[in-house]
Amino acid sequence: MTKADATPVLELTGIGKEFGAIRALHDVDMQVFPGEVVGLMGDNGAGKSTLVKIIAGNFRPTHGEMRFAGSAVHFNRPVDARAVGIEVVYQDLALSDNLTAAANVFLGRELKRKFGPIALLDHKAMAARALELFGELRSETRPDDLVKQMSGGQRQAVAIARTRLSNARLVMMDEPTAAISVRQVEQVLGLIHRLKEQGVAVMLISHRMPDVFAVCDRVIVMRRGEKRADKPIHETSPEEVTALITGAKEAA
Amino acid sequence: MAMPMESPITFSNIGKIRWWQRGLFASQTGYVLLALAALLVIMHFASPYFFTEGNMQNVAKNFSFIAIATLGVTFVIITGGIDLSVGSMMCFSAMITSMVMTELSAPGSPLVHMAVDGKTVLANVPGLILLISLLAGLGVALIAGLVNGFCIAVLGLSPFVTTLGMLSIVRGLGYVVSNGRGSFPGGPDADYFYALTSGDVLGVPVPFIYLVILALTMAVVLHHTSFGRHVFALGGNEKAAELTGIPVVRVKIEVYVICALAAGLQGIIISGWLGSAPANMATSYELNVIAAAVIGGANLAGGIGGPLGAIVGCVLLEVIRNGLVLAQVSSYWQQTLVGVIIILAVLVDRVRSRMT
Repeated sequence: MTKADATPVLELTGIGKEFGAIRALHDVDMQVFPGEVVGLMGDNGAGKSTLVKIIAGNFRPTHGEMRFAGSAVHFNRPVDARAVGIEVVYQDLALSDNLTAAANVFLGRELKRKFGPIALLDHKAMAARALELFGELRSETRPDDLVKQMSGGQRQAVAIARTRLSNARLVMMDEPTAAISVRQVEQVLGLIHRLKEQGVAVMLISHRMPDVFAVCDRVIVMRRGEKRADKPIHETSPEEVTALITGAKEAA
Repeated sequence: MAMPMESPITFSNIGKIRWWQRGLFASQTGYVLLALAALLVIMHFASPYFFTEGNMQNVAKNFSFIAIATLGVTFVIITGGIDLSVGSMMCFSAMITSMVMTELSAPGSPLVHMAVDGKTVLANVPGLILLISLLAGLGVALIAGLVNGFCIAVLGLSPFVTTLGMLSIVRGLGYVVSNGRGSFPGGPDADYFYALTSGDVLGVPVPFIYLVILALTMAVVLHHTSFGRHVFALGGNEKAAELTGIPVVRVKIEVYVICALAAGLQGIIISGWLGSAPANMATSYELNVIAAAVIGGANLAGGIGGPLGAIVGCVLLEVIRNGLVLAQVSSYWQQTLVGVIIILAVLVDRVRSRMT
């Protein structure tokens, strides 16, 4: 993947976050370019989730500046981040089991048709659009099947289709391959490739080294609230990343 | 909702779920509906009086007396909540309605001006007193519903505890305002009131007509509006609903208000049939209402339920009650049987979902 677009979709400069006396993040700089898949790795407590939550608008950074597609942004709530085009696929996927795939994709932004003063759901349009999105992701998912009856890979597809609906420019995925079968992991990695093909920047937060090395263009390693490494994937190795995560190697 | 078949996706290894394994056929509502049909057939052979017009009218009227409140509580149950205050709410709304009606019609009342003809000014406009008293009755339900919703959605109290408290508060208020005596609809509009609550149109009891209209409205709201979709989403996964930007607090308050209004309306209708609103009216009706909803397939864990289930549950309870009377079984058995049916209905559903 070449960095055709020179403007990074996300640019963090000197981001820091303190919770009282605890310094969760310190002076983090990073850039993510369109169509790039960046792996974010680190042990528990390394500051990954704090960083993700700052980008997603859950927390405000104590220091530093965040730029999205070139302009400075300040998020007070997750909705603000979503409005500019940042979507998060949560680890537990945030799906409603009792609803259909299409209903979940459109949850909170349903398509409606006006009948005089009453706005009714446009089931047909939603099913058609959802099918289109699943098609783009090459996932075998029927829009009118209940999520409860779906495999882990299909659920991921539903959660990711939701981000496509809003034309997100940056998708952050929190441990998408943590609790699913080998075959489904392959599907999910495929989904990440689809996003990338469409010029979406993806941040993959994962503990699973093989997955990160399979899809990512670049890997960022966090340790003790600081960024310890930021390398193209082909210039590093699982051994080096492991050493960076555990602290056997301080920085690279 | 036909799916476009020119889809680029081929489903190589994911089978389509058969029609009889989805929708109504795979739901508890479907099974209970079957059981109900079987029961009707049995009743037909057991008693020659069962399918007479009079008895059918009677059954239709009786189940309508809890079915409207059941529709309301079904909304709450779908979101994963519970409302125990419906019985008290029925009583209080009915009581306020008839008290306001009587008070506004009474010549000596300090609240109203007298017209020259010796009647109150309001009484000279036909139906105005009725309208005001109905609005007053539903108004108190609205307030109680708002308080329930506020405590549960904003303060984060548990629905069980909040509505248990409201059960007691509203029942207590009923005793306070009536001094324990209850109240009677009165004044010039009382005849309209009785016609609207316990009359019939072409042999069909009016409560049944209201029920059908409300149930159809509810079906449209639940399945064809974003509010209904959000109600289901809330019951399915509240955290997900919140993360996807659904106004969780507003939807929750709305369902408790809907439930309270349905209970209030139900109470007003019952008082029209009873001809009064005694202070102990509809005591423990909340249990019948919740039982009917659960038998009809509403899942107390949230996410599942609908108007058809609510009505089927109510009809089943009423047919059993009616059947036991016709079969000359002691009516004391009724409650026992209802309990057995609640457990059976849920058990059948559990066995079925284990099998698939």
